[in-house]
This record gives sequence, structure tokens and C-alpha cells, in this order.
Amino acid sequence: MGEERPSVTVRFAGDSGDGMQLAGINFSFESALEGHDIATFPDYPAEIRAPRGTLYGVSGFQVRFGKEEILTSGDEVDVLVAMNPAALKRTLHLLKEGGILIADSDAFDAKNLRLAGYEFNPLEDEILKQKYRVLSLPITSLVREALKDSPLSVKAKDRTRNMFVLGLVFWIFGRDLNIAKELIKKKFANKPDVLDANLKVLEAGYYLGETMDIEVPKIKVAKASLPRGRYRTITGNQATALGLVTASKLSGLPLYFVSYPITPASDILHDMAKYRYMDIVAIQAEDEIAAISSAIGAAFGGSIAVTATSGPGLSLMSEALGLAVMTELPVIVIDVQRAGPSTGMPTKPEQADLLQAMFGRHGEAPLIVLASATPADNFYMAIEAVRLATTHITPVILLSDLYLANGAEPWIIPNVETLPKWEPHLWKGNGEYKPYMRDEETLARWWAIPGMEGAQHVVGGLEKEDVTGNVSYDPLNHEKMVKLRLEKVKRVAEDIPLQEVNTGKEEGDLAIVGWGSTYGVIRSVVKQLVEEGYSVGHVHIKYLNPFPKNLKDVLTRFKKILVVEMNMGQLAFLLRGTFLLDVHQFNKVQGVPITERELKQTALKLLK
Amino acid sequence: MADTKIALKPADFQSSQEPRWCPGCGDYAILKQVQTVLAEKGYQPHEVVFFSGIGCSSRFPYYMNTYGMHTIHGRAPAIATGLKVMRPDLSVWVITGDGDALAIGGNHLIHALRRNVDMNILLFNNEIYGLTKGQYSPTSELYKVTKSSPWGTAESPFNPVLLALSAGATFVARTIDREVKHQRDILKQADDHKGVSFVEIYQNCNVFNDGAFADFTDKKKQPETTIFLKHGEPAIFGTNRDKCLVVENGKLKVAHIKPDGELPENVYVHDETSLEKALLVATLFGPADQVPRPFGIFYRVTKPTYEEQLRQQRERAKRKMGEVSLQDLLYGSETWQVK
Ligand SMILES: Cc1ncc(C[n+]2csc(CCOP(=O)(O)OP(=O)(O)O)c2C)c(N)n1
Ligand code: SF4
Ligand SMILES: [Mg+2]
Repeated sequence: MGEERPSVTVRFAGDSGDGMQLAGINFSFESALEGHDIATFPDYPAEIRAPRGTLYGVSGFQVRFGKEEILTSGDEVDVLVAMNPAALKRTLHLLKEGGILIADSDAFDAKNLRLAGYEFNPLEDEILKQKYRVLSLPITSLVREALKDSPLSVKAKDRTRNMFVLGLVFWIFGRDLNIAKELIKKKFANKPDVLDANLKVLEAGYYLGETMDIEVPKIKVAKASLPRGRYRTITGNQATALGLVTASKLSGLPLYFVSYPITPASDILHDMAKYRYMDIVAIQAEDEIAAISSAIGAAFGGSIAVTATSGPGLSLMSEALGLAVMTELPVIVIDVQRAGPSTGMPTKPEQADLLQAMFGRHGEAPLIVLASATPADNFYMAIEAVRLATTHITPVILLSDLYLANGAEPWIIPNVETLPKWEPHLWKGNGEYKPYMRDEETLARWWAIPGMEGAQHVVGGLEKEDVTGNVSYDPLNHEKMVKLRLEKVKRVAEDIPLQEVNTGKEEGDLAIVGWGSTYGVIRSVVKQLVEEGYSVGHVHIKYLNPFPKNLKDVLTRFKKILVVEMNMGQLAFLLRGTFLLDVHQFNKVQGVPITERELKQTALKLLK
Repeated sequence: MADTKIALKPADFQSSQEPRWCPGCGDYAILKQVQTVLAEKGYQPHEVVFFSGIGCSSRFPYYMNTYGMHTIHGRAPAIATGLKVMRPDLSVWVITGDGDALAIGGNHLIHALRRNVDMNILLFNNEIYGLTKGQYSPTSELYKVTKSSPWGTAESPFNPVLLALSAGATFVARTIDREVKHQRDILKQADDHKGVSFVEIYQNCNVFNDGAFADFTDKKKQPETTIFLKHGEPAIFGTNRDKCLVVENGKLKVAHIKPDGELPENVYVHDETSLEKALLVATLFGPADQVPRPFGIFYRVTKPTYEEQLRQQRERAKRKMGEVSLQDLLYGSETWQVK
């Protein structure tokens, strides 16, 4: 008994009321604590409580953990938990041959089978049993039995089924139950009966592993050799919120955060609202137009002004972003992308707002566009967004996406002393103030704020005369101002890191190029290809406008370029248009992450 | 506003920009009164910020020697909210038109009022779209013929005072461009008010809607068509001050005062602190030849402002959590050490 693997993927799947997210988060955290690297993928429906047993109500949480650098949440799973037939139907295709399937046989009744569209009980299918190691267990009955003395209602008892499977999975991987217990205690601190039931059921699941007469394989997974330091797990949205608070402290500027709730950006608002004790302001606006507008007002008053939204909200912000470009005020918009257009698939990932971020405004309205690459990277990119906005006095859009926002990874907590500090481009009060006087090098205008004596000025949406800021309809002045606003953003390229080849060869046959959350899958594929002897490099672009100065040079060191995106080719379009480069595309818009296998196949074809 | 500062004159609040409104436009009078009030109240130009949306009236900030932003159509209350929340030290004003505030910006207006952000919102109501050259607005009367309603409109107008009261404004008033003294007095009290102040100012657009308020400004008609509300006083009007408002079955009616001057028992006595009364008197919105139009302060109560509540919350949160360093924040609650 006991086999050792470099990495393992587990997926918990059940009804959206079955507590699969909780089980997944708990297991992920424990995996990280045990010293594994992890990558997670919560995959849940838009409906809060879809009718029980339906296919569209299936909620999943996938976690991959192991010894190597874990870059994606895994193409396939080694252990699949299916709490009902619908969950099995939706996720069985992910299970590796020979993988472990844990199913609650009690939930495979006639009604649920019908809801999932099964004509027979798949758990009794011989082929299934041959292909996978099936642990078909009467989990509901076992849970009720374990809780026969509990005062909880049957319904409440059944709600602890997630803890039963969690216990069983813990046993399979030889984990320490105590950490899970601590987390559960925190979660249910105010509900002693519920806490008691959850703990009992967790143990019941664990000890079933010990006593089960069927053979359950124990799997050993090697630990990662992560750099030394203090760690926590962090999701992309958590990282963004922490990055913003940090940016405020580093720059000494007050922080104004404002948002209108929208999946998958709302968690940033939730975190920021909590962080009031860090002396920041976080408010919920009446809509996204008000959010960006009030951010502009706050920026005018000398604050770091930030709003977070998703695609539909960014569309509502378009007009006001034009005003921010015209008035040259440092507002920051975080767009946590999801599958669109319109309401689209609000709980599924996509990267299709790049061109909206670049061009989705009236008139010539350039601004800085950044994208974070991993969940924890949101921390650094949020700081970077604030730094660039407040030194170049221009709006910035930071692109994140649902996969980054909800995905978690272990994060080595930085020492705040080592983080970058910068001086915001505030007016110092020397000489006469004119609103469109600029720094000679960056072309940033000076940021004078109300309350400063003698620097009174009026900005606004109307075109202004260079330097004086007086309203002007002069044709040549308008062209000059359009060019100045563009040049100002272009010069940001002097203030950002040069593009590196992130993984693999510095030059060669193929560059695989990406941005945003495709980082993990590209890196993983490039590592495999390099190991197999191919000359391939991974170029991940975090600065999308302006591009790093050397981007073209880096790309042209490769014979072929493959641009990987969860859209129909938006970065590819920009690279072609900007550099007249011939690029190949790999595009996927299914609301599910790109798999290593499909990307590798595409790359191999180009390498032939 | 400290006494040590030099006293300024209205002209000190005038910018170097020449106002570009049409000659005879009601906006001039309002600009003048605002500048006078700022000077009288002892403000310094750098302590004051004017936000406006888009429209003729919204050109206003360019003519002030204060801080200002001419923003986008309808959004000024939201933009001003962002500033005031972060900078409660500043005196914040919003200049808006009937289209700006009530059509495209209706949502932001009601939420700024509801939140009680301490700022002065001046609605220049000319019952028309001036800047876009004469389309009807949300305050144009039913059946009004304009460029965009050649057969007359088919929609009833907003009563801005009623709207502001319903939205939860803590100071609601109406005045009129021609009555400069009344206007100045109202503006001053609006600025004295701690919380959101909503002032509807009837403003004549002599190009696209000339005479819209003539019934209320014409010296002969005015005594019959207007009631100037005063706190604690009965609502008396009429050329001979022989009419008053009475409350009958919960409604306001016009009654004649007996020659001996004795007021009816059910005479309406205005009370600024009563929302019920404010709502009641605000319903007087009919044709000027039938119903007198009330002016003055409808409602004034003190409630905690939005920015003050946010500040207190922040202090409470800080007290509850104790000193949390940035490093502590980054650590969060669950960490582990890799050695
Ligand atoms: C988004 C947007 N839509 C339309 C316009 C055109 N527009 C400018 S001002 C205005 C109406 C202004 O009317 P009002 O607010 O009553 O101001 P007034 O000119 O009467 O003072 C309109 C429709 C605009 N500037 N922006
Ligand atoms: S169009 Fe009307 S509101 Fe506009 S400036 Fe001329 S008179 Fe005034
Ligand atoms: Mg108007």
C-alpha cells in the first residue's frame, strides 16, 4: 500500500448547496501547510442555490498539489468526489483512468439519476468499475448514523456530508486532521451543535478509511521545496486588496476604494470594506458610473482612487474614463474579467476585455493597461498600477480574471521594508501653477489638489490649451494635446521593466506568448517542451500598454510566435498591429481554463 | 474660514474667464449671488470646489476663481461625493441643470441626497435643454412644444422639490434668479447647513424658453402666484395679503382671510423641521393662475453626514482592531514557515 506521486489533483463536485467549496478550500489550505505547492480552481454555477440534483447546479472545487512547481490546477484529476449523479455526469470525463472515484451511493436514487439524465445507475456499471477505482459508499446513511445523537435536523445533518468526504480524502493522503479541525472550529465558533457535528463527521470519514474492507490506496505526495520564508495562501482578489492598502502606505497617499458589486470582483470590495481599520475609505456606489466618477473626484482631491469591476462595469465606465484621460487624473480600474459579452457566463473565466481596456472609449484616449499573471502577482501589480498612475498622473486599467481572482496559491509574504517606494508627482508649490504644465521627462502634469493655496484651477472634459488649461478649440492645440496625452503614456515604457523570457530558451524555434492567467499553463508546457529538447521560450506580457521597449526584439528572436489567449485573438491583434509580426494563435473561449495537453499539441504542431 | 484671513470681495471669486452665457441669461444673476455669498461667508478661493455636469449652467466653474471641475453629463454629484468623502475640509458645490440632474444624472442625484453628503447642489432649472438648443427636459410642462416635441410632449414633469424630499435630502429649498435677495439668503443658509443642501433655482433661458417663470417674477402677478415660506409663520399671500393656505382633509387649499385679519383655525403654518408639512406644501405645483407656487426653505433637519459616519466607522474599526501594522495585515490569520 502507498504509492508516491510528484503531484496529485483532487476535485470535489456536488450540488451548489453541498459545501464543495468549503471542503476544497479546507483541503487546499491543509495541502499548503503540509509543504506542498498548490493551485486551485473553484468552478461554481451562477445560481446561488440551483434546484438540487440538476446538471447546471453542480459546483466544483479542483486543487492540485505536489512537489514540483504547481502551475495549473491540472488537466485531469486523480481523485474525484461526486456527491450526486449530476456531479458525476459533469466531471467524470476529467478523471484519469485508474483514478479514484468517491461517490455517495445514497444520492444515486431514481430522481437524481433522472435529473442527471442517466438511464441506469452508473455506479453499478461494470465498465466504470474496471476503468476507475470506485468507492461507492452510502455516505448519507453513514453521516446520519454518525450523528444519531446530534440535536440537528436531518437536513442539517446531511449538510455535513462534505466533511465526511473531506475526512476520507485526508485519510487517503495521510493528512493531519488537526489543521482541518482548527479551521472548522473557526468557521462554526458560534454554532456549537453544528461544529460538533462537523467534527464528528470529519472523523467518521477519516476512520472509515482505516476500517474499510475494500482496498483504498493511500497516496503519498512529495513535498515541495519552496524558498524559505513565511507563507500564507492567497487568492487573486485577496492579493489585489492587500496590494492596494500596501500602495497607500508606501506612497503616503490616502486610499479611496469604491465599487459596485459584480462577480468576480466583489470579493475585492468585501476585503476593502473590512480593512477600514487600516485607515482607508471603501464604499459601495450606486452603479459603476458613480464608482468611476467618485474615484475621479477623490483623485482630484489627492487620493489614490481605485474601483474594481468586471467587463459590463468597465463598459459603463467608458465615458468617465474619457474624462479621466482628459483631466489627466490618476484613477485605477481593476477589471476582473469573466466570460461575456453581456452577462455571458458570469462565473466562468475569459480574457476578452483586453481590447475594451485598450480602446473602449470615445476619442483618442490612451491609458496604461497592465495584467497580472498569477493570483499572488495581483499584489505586486496592484502596487504597480498605483505607482504608475500617481507618478505619470494618468488612469490605469489593471486586468485580472476570474481564474486568478478565485484561484489560490501559497504566497511568501514579503517584508514591507523591501517593497518599492516612490514619490507621487504632487505639485510642490514652487512658482505659479498652471494645470497643464508638465514634467519634461515623463510629460506628467503636476498634481495640485484643492486646499493648496494659489493653485486653484479648473479641469474638465473640454479640450484645454497646453500649459494654461484654458478652454481651447484651436485646431492645432487639439492635435498637440492629443499627441501629448499619447506620448505621455508611451513614455511610461521608460519606467517599466524590460520584457524577459520567463521560462525556457532566450531564442529559438517558438515563443509561446501570453498575458494574464494563462501564465501557469504556458510555463508548464514550455518547461515540458524544453525538457524534451525543443527550443521554446515563454514570453508573458504584464505591461500591455505601453509594451516594454524591447518586446519586439525579444519576440523576433524566435522563428515562430504562438499567442495563447482565452479570447479570439486580442493580444495577437495588438502584436500584429503594433509590430507587423506574423503570429500564430491558440484561442479557447469555453469558460474553462486551457489545458496543458491541448496547448502542448498545438505547440508541437508548430515545432514540426 | 478662520478670522485671521483677509476678507475678500465677490470679485475675488471671479476668474479671468469672461462668462459666455447669452446676454440676459438667468445664469449671470446666480453666478453673482454665489460669489457674494462666498465672500460674505469669508471663504478663501482655495478652500472651495465647484463641480458641474454638462449644460449651459455647467459652465459655471470656469467663471470661479476656486478649484473646479467641469465634468460629464449628469455625474457631478457622484464626482463631488468622492471628493467630499476624502476631503471633508473643503466646501463642495455642485452646479447642475434640469437635464443634467434629473434626466441623465437622476440616479446620482437621488443617491447623493439619500447619503446626506455635506455639499450644496444648485439645480438651475430652466425647464429646457439650453446647451443642445431647445429640446424638452424632465421639468418641461406636459404638452410643451419644443424642437424635440413639435406636437407637444406626452410626459409629465418632475417636481424637483418633491423628488429631493422623497430622496431624503436634509435641506430643500426653491428660489428664483430674479429675486436676488431671496436667492442670496437661501444660498447662504444652504451653505450653513451641515449635510446635503438641494436648492432648485428657477432660471430663465431667454433664448429657448423665455418667460417660463414670468408668472412668478412679474411684479404684478407675483403676489398672487407665489408664497414665500417662512419657518413658524402662516402661509399668507395675495396682492392685499388677503389669502392664505389652509389644510382641509389633509390637503392644502387657498382660503380668504376675513377683513378683520383673523386667520382661519386650520391655516397652514410652515415648519421646516416637519417632513410631512414639507411634502404637503411641495405638492403645490399646479398652473400659476390656479395654485400659488411656494418658494423658500421647505425642509431643514440635521442628520449625521455620510463622510462623518464613514469617519466614525473607521475610528470604531481602528479601536476594535487595535494597532495593525501593514506587515501584520499581509500576514493575515493563517501562516506557516518554510525552513
Ligand atoms: C453623454 C452625453 N449625452 C448627451 C450630451 C449632450 N447634452 C449636453 S448638455 C445637454 C442637456 C443640458 O440641459 P440642462 O441640464 O437642462 O442644462 P442647460 O443647458 O439647460 O443649463 C445634453 C443633452 C452630452 N454632453 N453627453
Ligand atoms: S441658451 Fe439659454 S440657458 Fe443657455 S446661456 Fe443661452 S439663455 Fe442661458
Ligand atoms: Mg436646462
